[in-house]
Amino acid sequence: MLPVLNNADSLAYFWPEMILTAGAMGVFLFDLAVAKSPRRILWLTVASLGVLAAAALATSHVAGLSPTPIGLFNGLLVLDPWAVFFKYLSWAVTALAILIAGPSLEVASERMGEYCALLLAVAVGMSLMASSTDMLMMVIGVELVSMVSYALAGFKKHDRKSSEAALKYVVYGGVASGMMLFGMSYLYGLLGTTNLVGTAARMNAQAAMLAQAGVAASVAGAGRVAMVVAVVLVLSGVGYKIASVPWHMWCPDVYEGAPTPFTAFLSVGPKAAGFALAVRILYGAMSVSGGADLATAVADVPWPQVVGVIAGLTMTVGNFAALNQTNLKRMLAYSSIAHAGYILMGVAAASETGSQSVALYLVVYLFMNLGAFLVVGIVGRLSGSESIFEYRGLSARAPFAAVAFAVFLFSLTGLPPLAGFVGKFHLFKALVDRGGSWQITLAIVGLLNSAVSLYYYARIVKAMFLDKPHTEERIAVPASYNLLLGALVGLVLVFGVYFDGLRQLAGSSVVLFGHS
Amino acid sequence: MTNHLLSLIVFAPAVAAMLICVSLTMPMQKAARDNLARFLALAASFIALLGGLWLWVAYDGTASGLQFTERATWIRSLGIEYSVGVDGISVSMVILSTLISFVATIASMPWWKRADEHSDPAHPHFSEVKVPGYMVMLLILQTGMSGTFASLDMFLFFVFWEVMLLPMYFLIGIWGGPRKEYAAIKFFLYTLAGSVLLLLAVIALYYKSGDPVLLARLSQLNPELFRKLLSDGTLFRGPSGAVGFHLGDGSFTPHTFDMVVLARLGQAGLFDLVGPFLAGVTFAKLMWVFMFIAFAVKVPLVPLHTWLPDAHVEAPTPISVILAGVLLKMGIYGMLRFNWAILPSATSAFAALVAAFGVVNVVYAAMVCLAQRDLKKLIAYSSVSHMGFSLLGMAAMTEAGMSGAVLNLFTHGLISPMLFLIVGVIYDRAHHREIEGFGGIAQVVPEYTAVMGLAFFASLGLPGLAGFVSEFLVLNGSFMTLPWHTALAATSAIITVAYYLWTIQRMFLGSLNPKYSHLPDLNWRERLTLYPLAALTLLFGFYPNVMLSLINADLFRLLRQVKGA
Repeated sequence: MLPVLNNADSLAYFWPEMILTAGAMGVFLFDLAVAKSPRRILWLTVASLGVLAAAALATSHVAGLSPTPIGLFNGLLVLDPWAVFFKYLSWAVTALAILIAGPSLEVASERMGEYCALLLAVAVGMSLMASSTDMLMMVIGVELVSMVSYALAGFKKHDRKSSEAALKYVVYGGVASGMMLFGMSYLYGLLGTTNLVGTAARMNAQAAMLAQAGVAASVAGAGRVAMVVAVVLVLSGVGYKIASVPWHMWCPDVYEGAPTPFTAFLSVGPKAAGFALAVRILYGAMSVSGGADLATAVADVPWPQVVGVIAGLTMTVGNFAALNQTNLKRMLAYSSIAHAGYILMGVAAASETGSQSVALYLVVYLFMNLGAFLVVGIVGRLSGSESIFEYRGLSARAPFAAVAFAVFLFSLTGLPPLAGFVGKFHLFKALVDRGGSWQITLAIVGLLNSAVSLYYYARIVKAMFLDKPHTEERIAVPASYNLLLGALVGLVLVFGVYFDGLRQLAGSSVVLFGHS
Repeated sequence: MTNHLLSLIVFAPAVAAMLICVSLTMPMQKAARDNLARFLALAASFIALLGGLWLWVAYDGTASGLQFTERATWIRSLGIEYSVGVDGISVSMVILSTLISFVATIASMPWWKRADEHSDPAHPHFSEVKVPGYMVMLLILQTGMSGTFASLDMFLFFVFWEVMLLPMYFLIGIWGGPRKEYAAIKFFLYTLAGSVLLLLAVIALYYKSGDPVLLARLSQLNPELFRKLLSDGTLFRGPSGAVGFHLGDGSFTPHTFDMVVLARLGQAGLFDLVGPFLAGVTFAKLMWVFMFIAFAVKVPLVPLHTWLPDAHVEAPTPISVILAGVLLKMGIYGMLRFNWAILPSATSAFAALVAAFGVVNVVYAAMVCLAQRDLKKLIAYSSVSHMGFSLLGMAAMTEAGMSGAVLNLFTHGLISPMLFLIVGVIYDRAHHREIEGFGGIAQVVPEYTAVMGLAFFASLGLPGLAGFVSEFLVLNGSFMTLPWHTALAATSAIITVAYYLWTIQRMFLGSLNPKYSHLPDLNWRERLTLYPLAALTLLFGFYPNVMLSLINADLFRLLRQVKGA
């Protein structure tokens, strides 16, 4: 059983979040101090990155404190390699989102303080999502991420699209949270506790108790239905965060309306936290292993199949909807929906290799998707349009950005020797490893979807390299931006060719409570 | 040197591509930059060609099994290796790809001034547009091609296989003809749709290779065979006692991507022990179908062939040369390496079907050729037709059929590049390829007409030229087991003769079209590309043994194993 610490003792393991919370408030104050400085953006960027660096150091410190998973705050949170992995990932995404805000020119200098502070707050929320073991804590984590994200989506106050994005996000978010809470109330009724540690064992015990008391099979069956409904409802909260079908409708509008640095963040950060939570709930808590009579138990929720169906639908809808988009931010929004579908395949595999492939894919996805949004952001800003027509002949107007964009897009397609292929390879591998009929069918659906996705990614590449530009005017991409793009391209190439280290990193992170 | 020969062949072009990329960052005149890129491309593909020729000389046809092997662990935790080597199935293909790559690189060099008078400054020749980019793509393509033929690790094979896609897309899409965008994306989508199925099969074979349940069943059913597999190094008992495989450095891995080991396991019947897999179809058959579709797109097999006429017609001449000369061979090569070698029992079950597909390819494409007005399209469809012979020969399960099938890859790899170069010559001069648009040009371009005649007759299978030998071997080999298929396929000989002779009549004979009374004859760039191929065509017509002696031993062994399954 998981060792659990009380509130006071837990604080020693809570340094990263405390640093970030203090940092978020400190950035506001620091903003006042540098308000007059002509380099306000630079100062704020440096300060926020400093806070994140401190949080990263603190993370490595607390991760070293306990070799085995440990429960914090009387079991609200857990500190295990899975949580640590996603903490690092969250800090990295946040750092990149802050780093690109200045050069993107979409965040005015007088609002940079707000932007940084809000992002640091989201980072805390993502960390809580990734490490919570209690349903109430999960809700708080999800809501913290959501609330701040609403504000950031509507960051461009006088922009109609931005305001529309924020409103849509709020409405969908509210509904999804409501469904999630409703599902959790069912789970609470069935389990008698909000804590998910040892759920499977508890449910089995209850099933055995019911059987002993001579409760008719039909009642146990009804309990099982309630369980399935509850799990699906809880999944809707997660599904909203990761933008999977049918909770994806907000995604294109919000991605299009929000400032691009935040869109880039949104497409990776909260999504990763959502997957961390999904794996924790499903693979961590619901997996039933061993036991002969469990087939009839209420605990036997067919969640891998449910997730598999959602995964197939999500990637198919995302890819086919992306085919005809002409606004690149919307196209990338649908593409990120499709990628949520791919990653869900790893969850549906319901295995250690599946969870490993989810972690691995998210790292790879961070680089390539962020890179793609970086290019869209800068070209959109400098040329004034996010339409695919603006990308015609981009290879002549901004050669490096065009080549980098092509690398990111082909990586998203999953072509070797780019990192995206490595990610997809592991997802498919996890499914084929399970070897059942529906897993293989899902893998085929996923593979054919990759071929479909090539069509719209290649449309952008065609516009950039094959079409004639409508104007010869060069787009002067700032050198700092090119440097960042170059670094991301380098990572995509390196991880595409040599991924042993990445595999081991992702593999060692798959130590969750309930699974060792 | 000799033990890194294959790496040299594979990576010399990639290194040159990197050097060209580096040169782009240096301040330089456009002309100097272009010429540097051209020089680097020529140098690298020449080095690769020398490597290929060395391979031809040094390869020992009497010793069976792999030669020139190199192994290094790449991704240890997955058991992926950088493992290359050649045997009788691949050696001719590696040699061919270096040869055709060099020819294509020469054909990518700019215009020698003699025929330049007709060129239009608004539509520059492809060899003068974005030269560094073109050369980088051409070189990456070369690395992908020889890498695909040389690799012995499925993962490595797949990476090289896919690496060829991107350069091909850009080469057709940027430097191609009027409908280049359509042709490029069509090629890309067809090939990718096929290769995702290959990826699935690769992963599935990887897992089943080390499945302890299967291995245990194999050892129960046939303990003697199992002991033999353990003693000859196919299987390896790890430190914990579990049965798995060993990497090149001797460490243990539970599953394997090694194509040679997988072939031995497949021939031992391991993959037939997996029960019904999906919708009641056995694992071996399902994987066979997945891989067959992936490779059939590349062959291309009718009805998956429609990308080919578009891609060939729109691609610039050197790229058509590579497409027809090397890329089409990958389909057949992949089938032999994967379907035939790893899943022999499924191959026996599907052989009749493959033969039928082969005959359809041969006859249908030949008939389509009759209806073509565009010379390049005619040549493209004739490639489809000729690839059908290889399918028929492989499916016949006889020694002559087998060596004919692989020799056909090689001879077609010599003849079809010649044909496409010939089309390129006339297109560069006249800026169109309509067969009816010419007439009587034999009077003004005698040298060109002579080379064209040689290539056409080689392609239609005139005895004494390379094409005849391979077609004869295929027909001879398949007649023993598949007489009716062979009879049908043989009718194509008549159709082929008809369309080639009719083309010659319309283009070269009769009264001269006055528009072309000043057509310049071949220039030196064209001679450099055409004559070596013509010489080899003659050589193989009279003495095919220089290649057959290299390939036969391993092919016959593969055949015995497929038949034994």
